[in-house]
Amino acid sequence: MPDFEVVDLGPADNPEAGDEAPDFTRPLVTDEYWENRSLSELVAEHGRTIVVFTPMTGSFLAKYVWDELAERGWDEKAHVVGVTASTPYGVKRFLEDNEYPFTVFADPAADVARDYGIDHDLDGMAGITEPRPAVFAVGEDLTVEDAWVGTDWPDFPDYDDLEERFGLE
Amino acid sequence: MSSTSAPTTASDDPPITFYRLQGCPYCERVARLLNEFDLEYQSRFVEPMHSDRNVVKRVAGVRTVPVVVDENTGITMAESANIVEYLESTYGDGATATDGGEV
Repeated sequence: MPDFEVVDLGPADNPEAGDEAPDFTRPLVTDEYWENRSLSELVAEHGRTIVVFTPMTGSFLAKYVWDELAERGWDEKAHVVGVTASTPYGVKRFLEDNEYPFTVFADPAADVARDYGIDHDLDGMAGITEPRPAVFAVGEDLTVEDAWVGTDWPDFPDYDDLEERFGLE
Repeated sequence: MSSTSAPTTASDDPPITFYRLQGCPYCERVARLLNEFDLEYQSRFVEPMHSDRNVVKRVAGVRTVPVVVDENTGITMAESANIVEYLESTYGDGATATDGGEV
């Protein structure tokens, strides 16, 4: 028996397949600059978009997720964008340090996570709310095609399963 | 994320892109003027470290901010004093520019 605890976060209140994905505008961070973009703009430009929520960029959870997605080359198979509860400077450093081929929305107050029903208060750590790990496939009409949301803490997606479900093999 | 990911024809992007640095008074001066003339613009906040501002170097040939790219007139401009003068003559009272002055 492992002597560590995996915490059950309980069910999330996220949009499911067929629901409309909540639109939002936040600074979209590249390794060079940040500017306001909305999800609907990105979908209009790039078509179907995979939206990946992670905890703050300093955490191993965020790093493990993006390492995995970079290694699997999701950026070559789909338009992938992240959302995290870090500042634009933090996100920028994270992208730079790791040379990730992705862009990430900075949502320091975690309002977007709340809109998606996947906010997590990090065991009551004062003033900090961040997203649970979660992945949404958003279609061209901003409809959620498929969704995965972590229910344990920590939790990671089953990447093979998502690739199959999202057609990213 | 690539530098080519921002199509210049993007549907509803404002025609003016404003490269700026957080807390930079020269940038604020330009921002104030853009607002005063009611111009729609998209702010891009860049890196404090001069040597890391590759995007500005690529766009304008310098690593200083502010930089304004105005698709109304096809002008890319650095140096706040120059930008202020440009904005005033193009969009201000008694604008002398004939192309793109009215949007």
